[in-house]
Amino acid sequence: MKTIYMDYSATTPMKPEVIEAVSDAFKHHYGNASSIHHIGQDAKVLLQQAREQVARLIGAEPREIFFTAGGTESDNWAIEIALETKPGKHIITTSVEHHAILHPLEALEKKGYRVTYLPVDEYGMVSPEQVAAAIEDDTILISVMYINNEIGSINPVEEIAEVAAQHGILFHTDGVQALGNIPIDMSANQISMMSMSAHKIYGPKGVGALYIRKGVRTVPLIYGGAQERKVRAGTENIPGIIGFAKAAELARENLTAHIERLSGLRDKLRDGIMNQIPQAKYNGHPTKRHPGNVHVCFKYIEGESLLLLLDMKGICASSGSACTSGSLDPSHVLMNIGLTHEIAHGSLRLTLGDFTTEDDVATVIEEIGPIVQRLREMSPLTE
Amino acid sequence: MYNKKVMDHFMNPRNVGEIADPDGMGEVGNLKCGDIMRIYLRIDPTTDVIEDIKFKTFGCGSAVASSSIATEMIMGKTVEEALKLTNKDVLKELGGLPTIKVHCSVLAEQAFKAAAYDYATRHDKHYAALENYSPEEAEHDHHHDEDED
Repeated sequence: MKTIYMDYSATTPMKPEVIEAVSDAFKHHYGNASSIHHIGQDAKVLLQQAREQVARLIGAEPREIFFTAGGTESDNWAIEIALETKPGKHIITTSVEHHAILHPLEALEKKGYRVTYLPVDEYGMVSPEQVAAAIEDDTILISVMYINNEIGSINPVEEIAEVAAQHGILFHTDGVQALGNIPIDMSANQISMMSMSAHKIYGPKGVGALYIRKGVRTVPLIYGGAQERKVRAGTENIPGIIGFAKAAELARENLTAHIERLSGLRDKLRDGIMNQIPQAKYNGHPTKRHPGNVHVCFKYIEGESLLLLLDMKGICASSGSACTSGSLDPSHVLMNIGLTHEIAHGSLRLTLGDFTTEDDVATVIEEIGPIVQRLREMSPLTE
Repeated sequence: MYNKKVMDHFMNPRNVGEIADPDGMGEVGNLKCGDIMRIYLRIDPTTDVIEDIKFKTFGCGSAVASSSIATEMIMGKTVEEALKLTNKDVLKELGGLPTIKVHCSVLAEQAFKAAAYDYATRHDKHYAALENYSPEEAEHDHHHDEDED
């Protein structure tokens, strides 16, 4: 049975060129970039080249890129920077952020900080006006995700960054789903900080970066040695960083074609599902959307059952249903866009990527109808 | 995530469907929690033997598997015997479920209780196991660790 991987927003397979670059680093570039000798200096040069590659993908300067262990660390660090460099007790975010933002902020509330979780519209988006209206005298940070990881909607972060800049407030965006999937140009916007992750763009796991605009005061989250210009201690993960850089280079070279091809497949998959299955709801913005995200809720059925049956056909997908979220409630994103429990339990996220083929899309369209039908026949809710 | 037996009962569920004019029917669970199970019973009123049992379930893999195996365990027993089955028996027969899914096996036990209660009420039968049974309470028993509203 052929595996059809449609969970690219969870993680991506590494591209062969990336695997080659990482293997080469493991074999030949084992130096510690802080060492004086030539093996150390070799690693240092590669580290700098990697920084340049990641910077180029988002129109930033190399010194604005700080390597981390991934998106979650970057999110936590951005919050820490605001806490430690700005006087004030108020933070603005949205109700549909990733848990890497929501959970640290919830922890801060217990320490006396006030957090405004902006409600979102039916697509999971917030407006610059909403953000402006929520600003208080002591707001120290506004954090709004670039692209929602579940339903794929793209927030107007550039406009929101402008609002923040006008008020002199730091603006952070979790750009993990956006990187390599939409054009981002830091030289043309006012985003203060952006979180990135390598494994969402065909790079290795365990490595990411925080973009910090020059001029933004920085403090460490992790204390120790003098790495990353003294703000992110720990011996650099050179093979991981080199893999990230190779993935960033490929993403930049292929960006336009990647977006065009994926959007076509995405819309084909959406139409193929929506045209054959009644009582289904398509979630997320129709056009301002991640090029590879299809998100549907099927009435009367439950997400985990759907995933298990799809998996039996080799199809890898994900769901925001209670049974798959590890809690008894469906995902906070689906609840906050106003879905009822009944609808949200039957959610399915299919996310496409560079290895997805036309045949894969056709197969999923063919397989999904009978699977939904089978579960509906078993459901006491089906009318 | 699930063992072979659970997956077998999920992929090939036994006794799915409905019984027209059942002698007893029960439904438990709620939409908020994301699992609902309905059981239909055909019972010989003279012997009290459960001659047929069917189920319909909305829920995850373990909810479907629990429903399926419970119907197999109940089929052919008398109502009295079947009422002795607990979720622990269902769990044991399935070879275990992940901790977070254990509540799904409770659902099967409760759905049968609800159906047996319906049968008892309609046929004026009395069972010791149902003496203190209240359908309303059963409805709220399923997810004890969650706020109900």
